[in-house]
Parts: sequence; structure tokens; C-alpha cells
Amino acid sequence: MKTTFFNEMYEAGGAVRPHYQAYAEWLTATPAERIERKRAEADIAFHRVGITFAVYGEESGKERLIPFDIVPRIIPANEWQTLHGGLRQRIKALNAFLHDIYHDQHILDAGHIPREQVLNNAQFRPEMMGIDVAAGIYAHIAGVDLVRAGSDGKDGEFYVLEDNLRVPSGVSYMIEDRKMMMRLFPELFSRHKIAPVQHYPDMLLENLRTVAPLGVSDPTVVLLTPGAYNSAYFEHTFLAQQMGVELVEGRDLFVDDDTVFMRTTRGPQRVDVIYRRLDDDFLDPLAFRKDSMLGVPGLLSAYRAGRVTLANAIGTGVADDKSIYPYVPEMIRFYLGEEPLLNNVPTYMLRKPDDLKYVLEHLPELVVKEVHGAGGYGMLVGPASTREQIENFRLRIIAAPEKYIAQPTLALSNCPTFVESGIAPRHVDLRPFVLSGKNIDMVPGGLTRVALREGSLVVNSSQGGGTKDTWVLED
Amino acid sequence: MLSRTADHLYWMSRYTERAENLARLLDVTYQMSLVPKSVAAENQNWGAILALNSLESRFAEAYDTVNADNVLRFMVMDPNNISSIYSCLRAARENAHAVRGTLTSETWESCNMTWLEIRDQKFEQILSSGIGQFFEWVKLRSAVIRGVTFGTMLQDEAQHFIRLGGLIERADNTARILDVKYHVLRTNGDEGATDFYQWGALLRSLSAFEVYRKVYRDVITPARVAELLMLRLDMPRSLHACTRGIVRVLESIKNGQSAETERLAGILHAHIHYARIDDILARGLHEYLTDFMDRIYELGEGISHDFLMPAT
Repeated sequence: MKTTFFNEMYEAGGAVRPHYQAYAEWLTATPAERIERKRAEADIAFHRVGITFAVYGEESGKERLIPFDIVPRIIPANEWQTLHGGLRQRIKALNAFLHDIYHDQHILDAGHIPREQVLNNAQFRPEMMGIDVAAGIYAHIAGVDLVRAGSDGKDGEFYVLEDNLRVPSGVSYMIEDRKMMMRLFPELFSRHKIAPVQHYPDMLLENLRTVAPLGVSDPTVVLLTPGAYNSAYFEHTFLAQQMGVELVEGRDLFVDDDTVFMRTTRGPQRVDVIYRRLDDDFLDPLAFRKDSMLGVPGLLSAYRAGRVTLANAIGTGVADDKSIYPYVPEMIRFYLGEEPLLNNVPTYMLRKPDDLKYVLEHLPELVVKEVHGAGGYGMLVGPASTREQIENFRLRIIAAPEKYIAQPTLALSNCPTFVESGIAPRHVDLRPFVLSGKNIDMVPGGLTRVALREGSLVVNSSQGGGTKDTWVLED
Repeated sequence: MLSRTADHLYWMSRYTERAENLARLLDVTYQMSLVPKSVAAENQNWGAILALNSLESRFAEAYDTVNADNVLRFMVMDPNNISSIYSCLRAARENAHAVRGTLTSETWESCNMTWLEIRDQKFEQILSSGIGQFFEWVKLRSAVIRGVTFGTMLQDEAQHFIRLGGLIERADNTARILDVKYHVLRTNGDEGATDFYQWGALLRSLSAFEVYRKVYRDVITPARVAELLMLRLDMPRSLHACTRGIVRVLESIKNGQSAETERLAGILHAHIHYARIDDILARGLHEYLTDFMDRIYELGEGISHDFLMPAT
């Protein structure tokens, strides 16, 4: 199965796409040594600033740099308009879904989603039933993964791969990449009208303040981190600093009389909104995992009493679970009465015997993912795997088919990227960050991740992925 | 400010200062060892460093004999020795890492760079390029971190806790260095040229040689060295300067439960402020310094209890 991929920069015939024209001219006119020097400069700067991430499974505490590529991913204004509308629609529906299943469950009564799919889902939190969260918002921050598929001949269409409604990360790279590009190549920014992204922390803070508990006029917002050994710790410190809020760990907080306080050098101080970068399971050892040293005993109780806002809410995982993903278009029709603007990837659910049979017969063509997996761990990319890897995976599927879904291997679009041999096409995705509070909004663009290994379709930083600055052009 | 944040800032500063003073102590010991004397006497000097930090048993687990090479290896680059310069700089960096959002990027970067540089070094390399040069590097890095911190950070609570950590550690360390070296020098007891070099090395290690000349304009005598390092308010590493700094910082960060700690600091400061070196020497310098270190320890406990790890 030989596929030609959609290329972000070049048309099928090799001509430069209009929105890359100015960049291509600059690239041709700029001496290779200058670019090489700038790449080295970027490397040193990232190391010095310590923009690193920890890799699970490697020597503990070891940090790696996420490779940064200097060829930007450019999105024309009209294309972004479509994405923007589609993302708003999707996140609106997902928030409506979360509110519904934790209240009246109309969508289940209407038979659009099998009841047991939701209620037996490990991510469904019965503790949330009947709780009214501030402004009715559950997923305050969503990191929606989009890919552009399709081949050269056709216009590449965007597909939503995952919704990521729990604790999506990567937004700090979006901002740092932009800062780096402006530092390295200021002249490019005078040649293009590029929509700014650096105000994201302001938007985030404003968004968090609007969802404070009722009656709190000047809310104290904090960012709750699992701690310095978390892979996204850099981002936690970055966002807390940019927003000017305290970066707290569980041990900095305590609950007294259903009110959350932080321990300060001047005594206890009340906390109203917690932007938590800690999974549900670890939030409160009294309610969830008892062995969690990272959480705050009594937090759930304070939350249920409406004395503190958690962003994102507890129990959002049920809406971004891979077994629920296939129903999102249905949610959009049900709650909004609209047709989905963004495509879903066709998905086989291996708990269904027919789907299982088909998938087992077509493993070399498909991508198989664990329902609850994330970060590119525990997945099989059929076309990129050896026979042995496929057969090993087959055994895992047969052992527990309900734990897996499968999708056709998407021909992820390519974007020119610097590699050892020069500039070569590499596969990219796009993660815009959608904020929901009183309104739904986002900064233009998002984080573009790039699979640096030739032919690889896995863009996760834990699997050798890098990032690019993402430009949304203004008309 | 979060108590935990204050705790990390305080310890970042203590560990950086500790690494610097350890470099100073090892440097003076090394300098003194260059003056000819018996092997036994020299090894005794190196042993004193271990005793000073209560590290004899831990040292004995990994090394068989106490000599210059082993003690230096143990105290400079041994990652298993939590008191080595290597470990101190790592701990300083880990504390900084935990609160990097509170630091200016310059402060974080200088702390991180220091760690990255020492992490990649080998002890043999350090020896072959001159251990003195390495000690200079440690002192310089500490000075850079301190300079960048006070030159770039807002003069708020964060800075108070950084200053406090540095002062507590420095007070303790100056007392320690003086205690161990004064004792060694007094018991070796040979007058004349050797003595001059030895006292000179001690002063230099505390950056006090030129200061001494300027203040006393006279030959070096043990009593004056002690006075300079303990009682002179204008000598930045003296016990007096440190305790006064501690009292002042506590004044700006005091809270509802810190009255007792402030009182302890005030007493300690007054004690030094009104002391005379003749009285101290007559009563016994070692006893005096031991008592001082105990009180500094107590003060550290009080600070932890009142500000850094408050009970709820």
C-alpha cells in the first residue's frame, strides 16, 4: 500500500502553496550557514532555559529536550476559520454531554449511546452525579488533536483524533516555540501577518477567574502540580509564573470545614479555583486512590459543597475516552441540533464481534490503540510494524478485545522539516487549546508536533517527536 | 508566599552557600598541606574535616585510609556523600528546580548551569587541571548565583528567605572553619614563618587576607584573626555580620508565631555584638564556637517550624 501524503507546503505538482510563498522565498534567499547557526542557537537557548521534559521509563529524573524545528507550520486564515468553528462546536457539545450524563442522562434515555458504555466506563465518576459545577463547565481546557489526512490529489481534510479533556499539556511549547522563532528570525514576522499566541496565559487566567464559586468576587487561583518529577513540570511552572498564581503541590493545601486553604509563610490563605494538572485518581486520597501522596484529603467534599472550582472538573475522562469518541458526532446533533463541522476518524470497537473479526484480519493496515492509553504508549501502527510485533499485539487484543479500538491508518500530512540530511518531509499533527468558561475561545493555531523519524506517524514527544511553531496567517 | 516555596528558596541558598564554604575549607586545608610537615600531621588535618562534618563512619565505609586524595575525592565529587560539593550543588539545583517559577530566569539558569558543569566533570580531570582552580570555580559560581539573585530578583519575601538561608549557613560555616583551623594551628604551635603561611591561608580562604591587612595594619596574630572573623561587623563573613543580618530579615518576615525565633536571634546577635575577643579566648574559643553552632542550629529549627513547615 503505497500512499502519497498531503504536504503542507507543496502542492501535488511541486508548486509552493500560496500561504507558504513568502516563507519559501525567504528560505531560498537565506544562506544555509545562517540557518545552521540559528538552529544551534535555538538548541543552546532551550537547554539553558531548561525547557525539558522527563521521559517515563528512562533513568529517573533524566530530562530531555524536545526537539524544535525551525520550519513553521503555516495555516491560512480561511482554513483556521473552519477549524475554529468546528472546535467550538465540538467542545460545546462535549461539555453539554458531561453535564447531561452527570445529571438527567437524556442522551442515554434517547438511546444514542449504549448506557453501559458510559456508566461502566472506568472514567465515569458516580461521585459527580447531581453536582452543579460553576457555569456548568466541565472541560475548561481541552487539547484537541487534529490531523490532516488524505493524499496529494485531494484537499487534505482535518480529522479529530482525540479530544483530551483531562489534563492536556503542550501549550508551553506553543508559546516558547513562538518566542524562539521571533528571536531567531525576526524578519519573518515583518513579512507575514501572523496571529499572536503569547496572550494564552492571560486568557487562561481570565477563564479560570470566571468559573470561581458563586459569591467569590476576587478569586484566588492556583495551579496544582504533581511535582517536579512530572513529565510536564516545566509547563506547570511556566503557566503559574505567566499567570502570576501560586504553583502548589497537594501538601501545600488542606481542607478545613469544606474550604480549601494553602499553607503560606503568613498563615492559611483561602483558595477558590484550582487549575489542576493531576489526574482524578490522585486528587483526594479519602475519595479516590488511598495511596495518593499527591492529592488533598477532603478536596472532593469541598468541591461537592461548591466551595472550590476544579479545572478541569472531576470525571471529564468519560467524554474523551476512546470508546466514547465514536459518539461525539452524535452528541453534536443531539445537544446542538447541528451537523458536525469536523470529521471523526472511523473507529472499530473491538468489543463488537464483527469489528473484532475485521480488525484481526486487517492488522497490518490499521492503527490499534488502548482505550485508556495516552501519550503514544501501548499502540500498534500496523503499516510501520514488523510481522512479529503485529503477532504479539494480536495476542494482546484477543486476550482483552474490549480494551482496544482500531482505526484506519491515516495518511498524516507532511511538513518540510530539518533533519540530518537537510530538509525532508515529516508527519505532523496539530493540537489547539480550547478554553471554556463564560465563552469558548482559543488562541489561533496551537501546538504542531512532528514525527522526526522518517516514515513515523507517532508525534508524541515521549516517542521521539518534536515541535514546530504554528502560524495562523491573518488576511 | 507558600511555605514550601519559602522552604525550597531557603535550602537552595543554604546548599549553594554550603558548597562555597566547603570549597573554602578544603582550599585552606590544601594550601596548608603545601607547607612541609609530617605525613601523620597532614593526614590528621584531613581527618579533622571529616570530624567537623561527622562523616568519619560514612567515609570509612568507602575508603580505607584518611589522606589528602581520598578526603578530597570524598568531599568534592562523591555523589554518595550527601555533604560533598557535588551533592550540595545538586541539592541547590533541585531546590531551585522545584520553585523555578519564583526565581528570575537568570537565577535559575545560573544555578542550573553550575550543576550541569559539575555533573560532567571527573575527579581525575579536576585534579589534573589543579584542584585550586576548581575551588575558585565553586566560589565564583556561588558569587555569580548570589549576584544574579540579588541583582535581578524583586526585593520581596522570596528574596528574604534566600538571604536568610545564606546567612544561617554562612554563620554556621564560618564558625566551623574557624573552629577546626584555629584548633589545628594552635596545637601545631610552631611560631614564625610557617605560622604566617598557615594563618594567611585561613584568612585567604575566607577572603579576609587583604581585609585583615587593611583593618589591623600589623602582623597576623591568632586573637585578631578570631576577632575579625567573629566580631567585626564590617567583615561580611563574620558571625556578627551574619547574626545581625538574620535579625533584620526576621523582622521583615515575622508572622503570628515567630516571636520566639526572633527572640533567639536577638539574643544571639546581642551576645556577639557586645562580646570582647579577650573574654572569648579566656573562656575557650572552641567552647564558644560550639555553643554558637548549637544556637544557630536551634534558630534553623525555629525558622523551619514558624515559616517553612507550619503545622495546620
